[in-house]
Amino acid sequence: MTTLTDPPKGAFRPSMLLYDSRYRSLTLQAIAAIVLACCFLYLYSNLAANLRAAGLNISYDFLGNPAGYDINQTLIDYTSQSTNWRAAVVGILNTLLVAFLACVTATVFGVLAGVLRLSPNWLVRKLMAFYVEIFRNIPVLIWIIIIFTIMTAVLPAPSAFRGENASSSMLFDAVAMTNRGVYVPGPYFTRGFGAEGNGALNWLLVIAVLVGSLIATRMVTASADAKQAETGVRPKTLWLNLGIWFVPVIVVLFALGLTWDYPALQGFNFQGGLKIGGPLIALWFALSIYTGAFIAENVRAGIQAVSKGQTEAAAALGLRPRRIMGLVVLPQALRVIIPPLISQYLNITKNSSLAIAVGYADITATLGGITLNQTGRAIECVLLLMLFYLVISLLISAFMNVYNNAMKLKER
Amino acid sequence: MKKTAIFGALTIAGLAAGAAAAGTLDDVKARGKLNCGVTTGLVGFAAPDANGKWEGFDVAVCRAVAAAVLGDGDAVEFVPTTGKTRFTALASGEIDVLARNTTWTFSRDVDLKFNFIGVNYYDGQGFMVPKALGVSSAKDLDGATVCIQTGTTTELNLADFFRTNNINYEPVPIETNAEAQQQYLAGACDVYTTDASGLAATRATFETPGDHILLPEIISKEPLGPLVRHGDDEWGDVVAWTLYALIAAEELGVTSANVAEIGTSTNNPEIKRLLGTEGTLGEMMGVDADWAAKAIAVGGNYGEIFAKNIGEETPIGLARGLNAQWTNGGLIYAPPFR
Repeated sequence: MTTLTDPPKGAFRPSMLLYDSRYRSLTLQAIAAIVLACCFLYLYSNLAANLRAAGLNISYDFLGNPAGYDINQTLIDYTSQSTNWRAAVVGILNTLLVAFLACVTATVFGVLAGVLRLSPNWLVRKLMAFYVEIFRNIPVLIWIIIIFTIMTAVLPAPSAFRGENASSSMLFDAVAMTNRGVYVPGPYFTRGFGAEGNGALNWLLVIAVLVGSLIATRMVTASADAKQAETGVRPKTLWLNLGIWFVPVIVVLFALGLTWDYPALQGFNFQGGLKIGGPLIALWFALSIYTGAFIAENVRAGIQAVSKGQTEAAAALGLRPRRIMGLVVLPQALRVIIPPLISQYLNITKNSSLAIAVGYADITATLGGITLNQTGRAIECVLLLMLFYLVISLLISAFMNVYNNAMKLKER
Repeated sequence: MKKTAIFGALTIAGLAAGAAAAGTLDDVKARGKLNCGVTTGLVGFAAPDANGKWEGFDVAVCRAVAAAVLGDGDAVEFVPTTGKTRFTALASGEIDVLARNTTWTFSRDVDLKFNFIGVNYYDGQGFMVPKALGVSSAKDLDGATVCIQTGTTTELNLADFFRTNNINYEPVPIETNAEAQQQYLAGACDVYTTDASGLAATRATFETPGDHILLPEIISKEPLGPLVRHGDDEWGDVVAWTLYALIAAEELGVTSANVAEIGTSTNNPEIKRLLGTEGTLGEMMGVDADWAAKAIAVGGNYGEIFAKNIGEETPIGLARGLNAQWTNGGLIYAPPFR
């Protein structure tokens, strides 16, 4: 009878680190990690030594000091006496605002252009190819400056609206397009909650009602689906859904006393209403149309990745072209489209840092521009900026990855 | 053991990199060229002429320093800097001296670790508006849109001025003077504010300068002067005394025309000391004995430089005002050469 024993284990010898393929890769990785750590350590010690030689130190105390400068677009209360930190937050919100707006419109432009690039109509197809090639082959900074320059040169100054025979007039007496920005009527509440019945709570209420409507319409659709599965006849839900969307929100807005504040020329500028600043428009438009061209290519690639047989099969079932696109092609194309779309959203967010070219007060302009300059704390400000963009980009990709996982082909 | 050696080497390398920053005078001599930070273009103060040669009031300081140290007023590498990049350029050693109508303030001098070596132009912040606007005082500017160069002291002064007078404005931050000019002329802002000298210089380049006025209010003190890095006093002395040499030359009547012979022909001992025909001032500072004579020979004395670049005979048309010699009731004053 033989006894089963494990094969003899060779004792570990240091030379195995080099000659044994099981350990060699570990050795190489360890060496690479040490070299990398040394590089960083060198950079850090160099920085520290140079700062010490110059008598400087790293300190974030300046964030608590008054900023001392004014900002032209603030989504939260801000005066020149607010702290540098608050100025940075104003910048962060402005960055997020323009990034969000540009992501939405770039997606719209991109999907439209991408679908139309595959249109059977020769003219439409060529026009879209022209759009894509022109916009993605010229740097976005140039587009931002071109659009801003055209805006300031073509649109009239506010003074052109003044006097008896003014050379410019407002659209419908409500919208003024000037070279400083577009002034539109602004909504406000007369009977709402908060200070003068116009607190932020009112808008939260409106949003809550809209979310409620969304849930309700989803339930209506689900019950219609169930009914259709059961009886084969789909009940008409269009009017019911429209009612759910509009009636509650109109009632709430009426109850809160929604009124419009029209812009009017007063002194040097239009006062009242909502001002959408020229820099915001130029940046928003340039980012959307530039990134839209890239997204169009992603969309085209996604659609072309869906085999032609799918389209033909859907057509054979009698679906019309629009429904084929909406029900068969796009849902499958999304799997190809979404991953590169994430990169485009990240690009928009990062490219929004070009805002300073047109004087838009984003985080690079406030924290990385004026605050950096006035306090001279370059390293601290740049580190904070890097951290901010890193966090935002990671959040966007995390969010989009969740969406991607929901959309991708479910494999079991 | 080996690790410690590596870290030790790294630390030494780091320290060496730090120490290499000292001794700017020797660096400049070894390089044979002075790196001088100027504006990206402000006519009269620093702008390339039709042949691409930099000219202006600030440029003259750079050329004088180059002449004093290297004996050649053209041995200058001009580095255009914006309001934002200038301090980093100086702190990092990219430039040896910054002559970019920069305001001398406490925090720049103390916190940013620079040394302002003197004042070559006493300025103040003003406002320019189109005549058609019908504004006669800065206090009438409630609600106006104001173009402003970002990263300058003017940004803070502006906020303070409007706050003190309890009126509102909308700032349009702009990177360079050229962009500001374009925005202002297109009517994207009602007012352009910066140092009064800069406004005059900018207005001089307009097609119709007469359609624009400078408002009477001067809302700040803006002593403009060249600056160097903190901690290199030998170099700071060279730049400072070159500027003083130009100022003293005007006071003593030394001009670019007579600088070659006045050193020997005069009986005034101060002129002799200044021009190096007597005493050892140059040697004390580590430059040639005739350093001041060379510096003055490039563009003339302070008065000549002023008159040639920004004086009343030029399109910019600035009066001497505060920038007259102290003997004429101004603030321009050089310590004695002794």
